[in-house]
Amino acid sequence: MSAPSTIERATDLPSLAVRNLNKAFGGVQAVRDVSFDLAEGELLALIGPNGAGKSTCFNMLNGQIPADSGSVRLAGEELLGYAPAEIWRRGVGRTFQITATFPSMTVAENVAMVLMSQQRELFSFFRSATHRHRDRAMELLDLVGMTGQADRPCGVLSYGDLKRVELAVALGNTPRVLLMDEPTAGMAPRERLELMGLAARLVGDLGISVLFTEHDMDIVFGHADRIIVLSRGALIAEGNAEQIRNDPLVLKTYLGEGQIYGQAED
Amino acid sequence: MGVYLVQFLTGLASASALFLAASGLSIIFGVTRVVNFAHGSFYMLGAYFGFSFVQMVGGGAIGFWVALLLAAVAVGLVGLLVELVILRRLYKAPELFQLIATFGVILIVQDAALWAWGAEDLLGPRAPGLTGIVRIMGTPMPVYDLVLIAVGPLVLLALWLLFNRTRWGVLVRAATEDREMVGALGVNQSLLFTGVFVLGSMLAGLGGAIQLPKGGADLLMDFGILAEVFVVTVVGGMGSIFGAFLAAVLISQLNTFGILIWPGGTLVLMFILMAVILIVRPTGLLGRPETVGHKAAAGFEQALRPAGPHYKLFVGGLLACLAAAPVFVDEFQLVLITDIMVLALFATSLHFLMSTGGLVSFGHAAFYGGGAYTAALLVTYAASPFELALLLAPLGAGMLALVIGWFCVRLSGVYFAMLTLAFAQVAWSVAFQWSEVTNGDDGLLGIWPSLWASGTQVFYYLALVFCVGGIFLIRRVVFAPFGYGLRATRDSTLRAAAIGIDIKRQQLMAFVFAGAMAGLAGGLFAFSKGSVFPDEMSIPRSFDALLMVLLGGVESLSGPFVGAAAFTYLHDELITFEYWRLLVGSTIVALVLLFPQGLAGAAKHHLGRFLKLEADPEAAAPSPRRKAREA
Amino acid sequence: MGFRKVIGMAALAASVALTGGVQAADTIRIGDINSYKRLPAHTIPYRQGAELAIEQINAAGGVLGKPLEMISRDDQGKPGEAVRYAEELFAKEGVVMISGSLFSHVGLALSAYAGQKKRLYLAAEPLADSLVWQKGNRYTFRLRPSTYMQAAMLAEAAAESGAKRWATIAPNYAYGKDAVAAFKKILKAKNPEVEFVGEQWPALFKIDAGAEVQALEAAKPDGIFNVTFGSDLTKFVREGTLRELFQNRTVLGLLTGEPEYLDPLGAEAPKGWIVTGYPWYEIKKPEHQKFVEAYQAKFDDYPRIGSLVGYNTMLSIAAAMEKAGNTETEALVEAFKGLSLDTPVGPVTYRAIDHQSTMGAYVGVTDVKDGKGVMVDWSYRDGAAYLPSDEEVRKLRGAGS
Repeated sequence: MSAPSTIERATDLPSLAVRNLNKAFGGVQAVRDVSFDLAEGELLALIGPNGAGKSTCFNMLNGQIPADSGSVRLAGEELLGYAPAEIWRRGVGRTFQITATFPSMTVAENVAMVLMSQQRELFSFFRSATHRHRDRAMELLDLVGMTGQADRPCGVLSYGDLKRVELAVALGNTPRVLLMDEPTAGMAPRERLELMGLAARLVGDLGISVLFTEHDMDIVFGHADRIIVLSRGALIAEGNAEQIRNDPLVLKTYLGEGQIYGQAED
Repeated sequence: MGVYLVQFLTGLASASALFLAASGLSIIFGVTRVVNFAHGSFYMLGAYFGFSFVQMVGGGAIGFWVALLLAAVAVGLVGLLVELVILRRLYKAPELFQLIATFGVILIVQDAALWAWGAEDLLGPRAPGLTGIVRIMGTPMPVYDLVLIAVGPLVLLALWLLFNRTRWGVLVRAATEDREMVGALGVNQSLLFTGVFVLGSMLAGLGGAIQLPKGGADLLMDFGILAEVFVVTVVGGMGSIFGAFLAAVLISQLNTFGILIWPGGTLVLMFILMAVILIVRPTGLLGRPETVGHKAAAGFEQALRPAGPHYKLFVGGLLACLAAAPVFVDEFQLVLITDIMVLALFATSLHFLMSTGGLVSFGHAAFYGGGAYTAALLVTYAASPFELALLLAPLGAGMLALVIGWFCVRLSGVYFAMLTLAFAQVAWSVAFQWSEVTNGDDGLLGIWPSLWASGTQVFYYLALVFCVGGIFLIRRVVFAPFGYGLRATRDSTLRAAAIGIDIKRQQLMAFVFAGAMAGLAGGLFAFSKGSVFPDEMSIPRSFDALLMVLLGGVESLSGPFVGAAAFTYLHDELITFEYWRLLVGSTIVALVLLFPQGLAGAAKHHLGRFLKLEADPEAAAPSPRRKAREA
Repeated sequence: MGFRKVIGMAALAASVALTGGVQAADTIRIGDINSYKRLPAHTIPYRQGAELAIEQINAAGGVLGKPLEMISRDDQGKPGEAVRYAEELFAKEGVVMISGSLFSHVGLALSAYAGQKKRLYLAAEPLADSLVWQKGNRYTFRLRPSTYMQAAMLAEAAAESGAKRWATIAPNYAYGKDAVAAFKKILKAKNPEVEFVGEQWPALFKIDAGAEVQALEAAKPDGIFNVTFGSDLTKFVREGTLRELFQNRTVLGLLTGEPEYLDPLGAEAPKGWIVTGYPWYEIKKPEHQKFVEAYQAKFDDYPRIGSLVGYNTMLSIAAAMEKAGNTETEALVEAFKGLSLDTPVGPVTYRAIDHQSTMGAYVGVTDVKDGKGVMVDWSYRDGAAYLPSDEEVRKLRGAGS
């Protein structure tokens, strides 16, 4: 499945064009020749059993680990080789499988942090940051329904709330592409659908393209426009929910791993 | 030709001795992640025990070597005691606490050794049967050096066998790579740690004992060897025994041949080598990158809140007291309060780096001294007026911090801390040895303020303005976007990088800012004492700052002020006793064990909530990371 | 958070209260500051010598009708601490002057303090030349013969030895550099034909003795001027002896003959070195014998050079007070200028020109007797003969005072 898929798209260039991505750790080829496109406004799911290379893929896309070879282009511009901070500035946001927020700051401050970073204010030594960008932060928190807890430290929030904060943080600079690593991992089933529904709606409204990984197949089949499947570092299938459900190779891969979709937990 | 060959062999002999001293430190760190500052003390004890045992066991070649082994065992027992009583309780604590505790042990051992063996240097016994020389191409070479050359690799081999051919050794190696994993395997972790600590102590003791025939035992050995073994450990890669051996050989050969070419470069040469190697390989020759999750600065995740109304009232009251002090206290007490304020600014700058930045520096005195020297050099060579010199002191220290920080922020956690210590030693050796410019040990004298500011009272107010101003500035920066960005890098490097924060740059700027503030304190110090000496950059000075931060509690912004006052008070009270180092050392250890939150932290714990001193009571709740660690 | 500051103030207040001023009017207090824990082998004898002198002075009726009292502080080898203790001693203990210190940098810090605050300081042991010359001031005097004076004594011996090619080894810090510079200058002046073929600068107390000895050997000198001391000296002597560095060479050792440095070497003390030192066991002068007997009776130990310096320090202070007739600082400064007194080693004068005393040193040859290093063929060299000309001193001291 190394050939890029061709689908209808609004512009000539895909939001994200990934070509022949490779990564080996020691002797183990974690990601092998992965290529795919993320179309503008698309919600693309990347699935695969544990250890298939999903996280490695993600980490290469946002620059956290260097790729051995390949190319990642954002609207035609090469991203590989840049540090995570720089890739973020070019418009690729990211949420983490295990939430990463700043526990010593309040919810509103967590969001304000993004705005300060975006506006390159981080080397300002003298003005006060305590209420900086508060209005804009509250707007973003309103989108995810967290205004009520805006002044609580992130360190005391429930996991589900942290996921919402992360979403608000990710939307803070209105990225062109958002990478969401297991957006609903570790949450109760009802919460999951709720959160994913919210995320899907928001990115839709803002016109953000999303690549996400997910273990919960209900979420994947319910929300993804398109699905790509990774196994042992290589793409083995691609298509809509119906096509993936019936793909023999995918079935074998999942059954071979002793997992039935829908039940896999991280 | 013979000269060079002998020189090379001499270098190998030094390398063996150095390797023995350093390998224990590396092993202990690899498994327990404890940077054992008392390692030099164990080395010194090895020499003293060796001296006594040789006298007791007496005569003959066998007796001599048995005595050396007994010395190693005796030091191992001391290590056991230190591990059981002190370190065992601190493995989960932030590195700072272990560091301070082992520093306390240094002081205790110093006085214990003085009490047991007296003040005079002891001449090491010669090794029976090995006192002669052999001639290598006509050049005499001591036989004992040849023995040493063999001992180093032999110990290395023994350690290799221990770690590769015994179950215990395999477990130790596994623990070096992944502590949690070994714990999960059901291995008794504390037993393993104890064993490793004892082994490391024994190696240090053996190192001290085995050098007896080349020198002896004296009370300055502990600090004497400390910097060197740290450099070996860092250059070799912390936790790597082969790395330590390689580094010991490299450094010894460099020293041996270096003095033929550049006799004045002793000491500095070693640090230059270290810097070069760390630029190429930040984790040392054979070191592994630190696994994510081992963060040196753990313990600072507390939320920071702006001042509440009560707090503002207290600060106002305190300022009023300080402003009115000259009316109530005598001249000497004014000097004392001036000292405290200067130290408070110094400690606050370190506290900023540690708490807001999560960067534990072991060498912060480099910038305190850097500021003091900037001012003093300006006065001495540029006849700069007092006012200008004082204002340029933070600038000079900041520039020094920029250079040192550029190297250091490439590393994190303990590696960062070790590197700051090593660079502070570089700064110290330059000040100490480059006497053409710095006047070396004799220091720069006559650094007095202008006439208008030379009265005790005027200078007191001057110091008050600068110190309080500096502390307020630091506080301001904590709550400015820069401080937030820095706190972000501390809270979560993942998230910080994912929202476009350049972590290294943020940390470097923080390092420079903290250095500049320490430099301001140093400049004030220089003018208050009228002179500057290399001591202001030395390891103990850096420890003073850490101790003040610890006394004040790492989690509160005003802690350093309390710390500086308590430090000065304790110091002045205890120093009048004959065995004050024993008392200070024991006090430090007791404080670390009993009040891990520091004095101010403990007081806050008991009364703070009641008094509602902060704007938001919820801020005191523990973070998820801490919850996770406790679970 | 302010609560903590309250504790801070309380601690401060407590410290002030606890150490609060006590002033006894019936004794004359002298503030003594020295590094009692950093180098106890040197400083404890100093204190004992001083205590002995005070005991004898008080037994004879004290000074100006009052007993002397010494208040000691341990500066921990830190100049900043020393200055703070100086302030404390004057402000709280009511001392009339301060004395002491072994480390040059501590002495220099105290001297700078004395000059700035117009308090009297008698530097007992620090050797730095600049203490009375470049950095000299009106309020600082020094007792012990300085680096320059002792180096000059050895340079004289070097010139007499006839050795032409000289190598030096000295610890890489101020004292070592001063000593080598003075030695070279004086020797060159006495004998312009000498050559300096090598110099080694081991880091203080971190000597890599084997390598240093090899390097000196490689320079093929006729004579070696050694300034290392303490554990460096032990290692240097051992390696040098084993590696035959000292064979057929003239070796000079600055301070090497002082019991503090020679005694730890035991039977391995070098033989035939020309050294400055203190052969207390052989000095038969009655005044000195009386001193040794009293010292041994009181402390059950033999005197070191530090003991002698401590003893002479207190004798000097008492003499100055008697001469001044009071204990006012300015009067004492004037009294010290040109003050002459008799000490166990002979008459000593504090020169008015640079405030350096003319206390001399013993120069002799090392040997081993009964398993111990000793000095033989020694003679006392009066310090007055080893100081530069008045004109030179004035130039060094500058317009200062």
